[in-house]
This record gives sequence, C-alpha cells and structure tokens, in this order.
Amino acid sequence: MADITLTSVGKTFSGSPAVQDISTRFNDGEFIALLGPSGCGKTTLLRLLAGFEMPSQGTIRIGDRDIADGHTGKMVPPENRNMGFVFQSYALWPHMSVRRNVSYPLEIRGFSKGDIATQTDAALTATGLGEYAARMPSELSGGQRQRVALARCLVSDPDAVLLDEPLANLDVALRASMQTVFTDFHKRTGATMVYVTHDQAEAMAMADRIAVMDNGRIQQFDTPQNLYERPKNRFVAEFVGLGTVVPMRGVEKNETSSHGHVLGQRIAVKSTHDCPSHVCLRPENLTISETGDLRAKVARVTYLGGKYLLETVSECGTRLLAETRAKFDVGVQLGLTITTPWAFYED
Amino acid sequence: MQKEGSRSEGRLLCAILIVAICLTLAPVARLFVEGLTDQGTFGFTLAGKVLAQPSTMSALKHSLITASLGTLVSLVLGAAFAFLVALTDLRAKAALVFCLMIPMMIPPQITALSWTQIMGPSSVLLKTLGLAPPLGSSQPLYSAEGIILLLGIQHMSIIFLTLRAGLRAIPQETVEAARISGARGMRTWWQVILPLTLPSLAAGTAITFVTALGNFGIPAMLGIPAGYVTLPTLVYQKLAGLGTSVLAEVSVLAMLIGAVAVIGILAQRFFQTQQRVYLVGSTSRPLAIPLGAARLPVEILLWAIVCTILVLPMFGLLATSLVPAYGVPLRFDTVTLTSWVEVLLRQPVTARAFVNSFGLAFGAALVLMILCLPLAWLMERSPTRLSRLFDSLLDLPYALPGVVLSIAMILLLINLPFTDATLYGTIWIIFFAYLARFFAVMFRPLQASLKQLDPAMGEAAQSVGATLFQRLRDVIIPLSAPAAAAGAILVFLTAFNELTVSALLWSSGTETLGVVIFNLDDSGETAMASALAMTIVMVVMLLMVLVQLLSRRFPKGVVPWQT
Repeated sequence: MADITLTSVGKTFSGSPAVQDISTRFNDGEFIALLGPSGCGKTTLLRLLAGFEMPSQGTIRIGDRDIADGHTGKMVPPENRNMGFVFQSYALWPHMSVRRNVSYPLEIRGFSKGDIATQTDAALTATGLGEYAARMPSELSGGQRQRVALARCLVSDPDAVLLDEPLANLDVALRASMQTVFTDFHKRTGATMVYVTHDQAEAMAMADRIAVMDNGRIQQFDTPQNLYERPKNRFVAEFVGLGTVVPMRGVEKNETSSHGHVLGQRIAVKSTHDCPSHVCLRPENLTISETGDLRAKVARVTYLGGKYLLETVSECGTRLLAETRAKFDVGVQLGLTITTPWAFYED
Repeated sequence: MQKEGSRSEGRLLCAILIVAICLTLAPVARLFVEGLTDQGTFGFTLAGKVLAQPSTMSALKHSLITASLGTLVSLVLGAAFAFLVALTDLRAKAALVFCLMIPMMIPPQITALSWTQIMGPSSVLLKTLGLAPPLGSSQPLYSAEGIILLLGIQHMSIIFLTLRAGLRAIPQETVEAARISGARGMRTWWQVILPLTLPSLAAGTAITFVTALGNFGIPAMLGIPAGYVTLPTLVYQKLAGLGTSVLAEVSVLAMLIGAVAVIGILAQRFFQTQQRVYLVGSTSRPLAIPLGAARLPVEILLWAIVCTILVLPMFGLLATSLVPAYGVPLRFDTVTLTSWVEVLLRQPVTARAFVNSFGLAFGAALVLMILCLPLAWLMERSPTRLSRLFDSLLDLPYALPGVVLSIAMILLLINLPFTDATLYGTIWIIFFAYLARFFAVMFRPLQASLKQLDPAMGEAAQSVGATLFQRLRDVIIPLSAPAAAAGAILVFLTAFNELTVSALLWSSGTETLGVVIFNLDDSGETAMASALAMTIVMVVMLLMVLVQLLSRRFPKGVVPWQT
C-alpha cells in the first residue's frame, strides 16, 4: 500500500474538459470522499485512478510507481494496477454464483485451490455473506449484492479500493447500515478508499477528508468539520450544509478578532484571511429575538421533526435560513441576531 | 508500462476488423473496380455498351415495375396488420405475429412453387376439388402480376415488423394528451399517430423495395416461363448460358442493380435518422385502442388472410407432393409417398444438397459466431474511426441483392491473387459468399445484446486483474451466449434455404437445397420439388419454433420478430 499522488491531471472528452489540473495527494490508509454535483468530474477522476480512462494531461503515481502519464501516453492497464473497484450497478457477473464472483480475482491470480477456498471464505464471512455463497446474484437483495461487490474487491488485498456511488441504488434505511459496513471495513483493513458520492451526509459520515469538486476542479480538500465550518469559497459554502453567502464590507482586523458590516449590521467574524469579502450565514449563526436588529419576514416554514426551518427574507431582500423550536406563521416579522459567522475571501 | 491501457484490445480489434473487412467489403469493392475498367483501363465504354442493350433496359424496367408494385402490395398488407396488431386489443397477437413472420422465413422459390400449386390448370389441389380451369388455359401466376403479388406477400413481414416497432415506440401518453386536448376519433389518427409513424413506414418501404428488387427466386420461377425477365434473372441467364466469358458484362448489370439498391438503402438510412427524434417519453404501456364490437369480425378477417397466404399454398404443395404424377387429382386411391421417398432417399443429388446446405449453413453460423462475438464487443467498448466506418457499411453485403454479391464473389475469387488457383466452381466460393452475406444477420443481434450489457461487467473483471482473453472467456462470452445462439440459428435458417447466391455459384457436386428445388421444378419434376419444399418448410418451422421457445432467455432485440 502507498500514497496516491496526482500532478496536474486533466481529462478532456472530445474537446470539453471533464477534469482540469488536479494536483493532490491521497495518503495511505485514508478514507477519501469525492463530493460534488452531477457532472463535476468526480466519477471521471475515479475512473482515471482505476485506469479505465487515460489522463489527457498530468501524471498519477502510486507510491514511487508511475501508473499513468498524460504526456507520454503511457499507462498501466487496470488489470495490472491492483486496485479494487465497486461499481454503482455492483457489476456482479450474473452467470456466476456469489462464491465464484468473489473467488474470481484469486483464480485470475493463479492461486492454489486451497488458498482460493480459504481466502474466499474469509472474505464472505467478513461481509456477512457466508450463508449466501451458493446463491446467484439475481437471488440477492440490493444490500447483499453490494456486500458481494465489496467482498470481491477486498479478497485480492488491493492497494486501494475505489467506490463509485455504491449506495445510490439502495433505499435510505439500507444506506445507513451499509455505511457502517464500509467504515468497519476501512478500520479493519486500513485500505486506502476513494469514495465518490453526491450525498454530503454520506461523505461527512464516513470520510477522513472530502474533496469537494465542481467544474472538473477540486474546490476544497479538507476534513468534514473544516468544510462545514471554514469553507474556502462560495461554492463550498453553499454546497455543503445549509447557508447563505452574503458580501461583507468595511473589515477591521486586530490581533484577536475581525469585524465587518454584514447586511447593515456590524458584527464579529471568524476568518483566516486578512481581508475577507463574504460571510457564510448558517442557521446556527442566526438567533431569533424580538429585539434583533436585523428585521426579516418569514417566507416559508418547514417542519424538520422537533424543530422548524424558517426561510426568511430580510428587508434588503436576502434569503436567510434559521432554525427554531417554536412555530412561526408565514408573514410574521422577526428580529435576527448574527453571531460570529465564518468569513472568506473571493474575487 | 504500456502505451494506452487498451493496447491489447486495440490490437485484437484491428486484427478481427481486417478479416471482417476482407470478408464483407472487399468483394463489393472488387465489383466496383471491375465495372469501371475495360480491359485494364478505367473508363465507361463497356458500361455504356451494356446499358445500351435493349435487354438491359427492358429488364431494368421490369425490375422497377415488379419491385415497386410488389412493395405497394407489401405496404398495404403489412401496414394494415401492423396497425391492427400494434394499436388495438386483438387477441392471440403472439400467434398472429409468428404466422406473419413465416412468409419471410420461407425461401422465395418455395413461395413461388407453392402458389403455382394452387392455381392454373394442372393444380392438384384444384383438380381434387374439381375447380381446376380447363387444360390449355394459362397459369395466371406466370406473369408480371403474379410476380408482383408474390413479392408483396413475401416481403410484407418487413413492413409489418418495422412499422410495428415504430408504433410500439409511441407512448400511450401522446394519444391520451391528444384526447384530453379534445381531439376526437380519426383526428387522433391522422394528426398524432400517423405523423409519428411516417418515418418508420418510409424506412420499411425503402428496405422492402431493395429486397424485392434483389429477389431472384420469385421472378425466376414465375418470370422465366413467361419470358418476363428482370435484372437478377437476366444476370442468371447470361451467366448460366455463356459462363464466365460474360463476366465483365454481367458485372455492369450487377452494378446497375447495386446502384438502384444503394439509393433505396440511403433512403432507408435517411428515414431511420428522422425517426430518432420521436423517441421521447415512457413506452412502458404501448397503445391499446379497444375495437369494441368490431373485434371478432376483424380477427376473423385477419386470420382468413393469414390462412390464404400461408396455409392454402402449403396445402397445394402437400397435395402435389402426394400424387404419383403431376396433374393427377388427389384421391384415396391415388395418394402415394413415392415422390417423398424418391427425392429424400433415392436421388443422390438431394442427399448431396442436404449435406452441402447443412454444412454451409452450419459452418457459416459457426465461423460468423466466432468472428462476430469478440468483434461486436470490441467495437462497442473501444470504437475506432475504422470500426465506426465498418459499422455503417457492414449491412451492405446483406442489403445488396444476392446477385450483386455473387458476381462480386466470382470476380474476387475466380483467380486468387499471386496464384493460378481458383475457388470458382468449388464449395468454398459459396461458403465465403455466405460469410459475407450473413455477417450482418449474426452481428446485429449480438451488437444489440452487447449494447445492453453493463460496461461495468467487463471493467469489474479488468479491475480484479483479468486479461483481455480472460475477460472474453469468463464474462463476455457467457453473458452474450444467448444472443450469439439466436444469431447463429438465424444465420443457419437463412443460409439453409438460400437460393440467389448459390444459383450463380453452384456447379455439379456443390448444389444447395435451393438450387435442387429450382432445378427439379425447371425440369418438370414438380411433385418431387414439392416434396422437398415441404421438407424444408418443416425444418424452417421447427427452427422458428425453437427460437420462439428460447426467446424468453434472449435479451431484447435479438429475435427479429419479438419486441
């Protein structure tokens, strides 16, 4: 096992770029999530790692081994990369039993019959599939099929496991339990995992670090906490969690704190930048009080179970989201207080 | 490190593609060169000479008349059936569709033979029923009208299938939306349904015209006795009478048919692209317009038509095959199996033809399966510019009239390059011609099934380390086996009955079943020809039933008469 290093990797499909200038490093044993809206290039990046696509520019290295080089046009084909891949459609071979599906990678590697049997049994037990070994894929439920796909890629002890939206076809309840399967598997094996998803809750729940992608670029690559609390730009602030990005003027920074004008209020903000230009207002930055200086009108109320999400419109027309335990009616005037939101700089 | 991850795939694709191109497109290219050269120099002098002959012009006129009017008959019959079967709540649709497919699967020379058995003064069936016209009156089918009628019946399935597919692609919502907007009765038909189906109807008409133009069996059996010569029969007569000395002249004729056919093929391609625009919306529930009280009468009418065009001629054929001599009425005291025994057991030529046809059909199916399976997959997975070009041209040897392909094959193989050897007159020339002609029959079902195969199936094997060969052996071949089997059966079925190609390429010892029936009828052995024809019809039906029974295991789009 080893680190995966990408150096200015790009991929164009018939002229239009799907992935642009990505330079980053996935550490050995990390659980990485690639998160972004559809069409952001996350699946293309995963397929570049697997070797199903050839990069148009840049190089990909595993440890000290070059596996793809866009300049020379050379690459190690997928079958020689020793990576596991879990497909969105599971891609179980319908004409093979569960056991054969799982043991196939070992057959390919020319293991002895005895080794194949032991390792297959181990993989089946690890994924809780022991009793289904003789079944055909068509006789399994969605969650079971996903486990077979996972068992198939872990049986050959890959350097890295690549997962392409593996939970997209499962229902909500099953997703939660499969998330536990993935995190347990990651803890036990210590394998590097790269997980593509468009569901931020999924990414936050499992990943050590998340690469948020848009327009073929990584917008921010950080821990889940940092992505939520300290977004680097408007896209990340708006894509991760609920929030409204509003401009900020008249910034004053001293050694301990920064202040600035936001929606006509002078407030304290958190920032690492010397001169931040925008703040991200999340529901927890807004407190409802009759005396609040920022006046806003309730435009929509959504019950979230135990609390309400209020969509309010301030006097200057900005849409702000607040959470409350008390119910408010649409059209009611409120006062809001802003408490130390995160501020960042963007052109 | 390798250059490109798909290097091995690219190499294999390239290798198979070259073989496939040599098999299918080289003969067509060779013919093109021959038609444009006169004794080694490029020019149109020979072409001009041949085209100026009155026989050429009259054959062209006859071909155009019979093909276009025959297409019209197919259009009326096929469209009526397609609209009723696809859009209404008729019962027993599956049986009806199966029966409508049979005329296409029965070889044209047998269609012609069976119809002549239910008409004319010597018809055994009519004599038995006491309805025969007086001796000396002419066989009404030995005429342009007869050719047109039978061409129409033979090819109505093509219109039926393309139109039905087009109709089934119309979502019920479109008609419901028209109704909710206030469109009543016929208005829905001519403002919604008809415009949506026009492209598929036009595409079906074009391809039917091309097929009718290339038909040899029907104008040969009906036209030659009447002195009514079409282009394919003109080529046959010249080549059969004068041998290969007229090869250059005949290739001009072949190019003339080819040119007309290509216009038709281009028209069909054009209409097919028009059709794609309309494929929007869910087609999970196809249209089902209730016929109400008219349902039973319509059903009776449709089945009566099916009986007339299918069952009646078969009875004629059966009756003829059971009498001791042609013209004797069939009674309990005259019924005999002599013809069957004679033709199936005694005649050495029939036994030879069975062996030849069986071997050719089986061999062609096997070779094409081995060739097309990896090719179809590689073309789907890693297409190149060459493979896309091949994809658009590979239907040509099948779509072009059989006469054209036969002449092309003779030109290509009469003198093997760098040697004095020739394949003309051997069974191999027929074999290679079959490979070229039925390539598309094998390739298209496989392609349809591989298009539906999740590309992740192969990629999953690749990601666990399987090489190209292992992926093909363990994943792709087992998963596309049903489609390959269906394609192989279709190739076998068509090749087993084939006449047009072998009629021009056979020689003594390499007769096929199609040739034997044609020759038996030609030499007046109608009873024996009928017995052999009945045998072949039964083999065809048996194979069709087999495909039908297996059809549930095939992916969508593999069996041509299933949707």
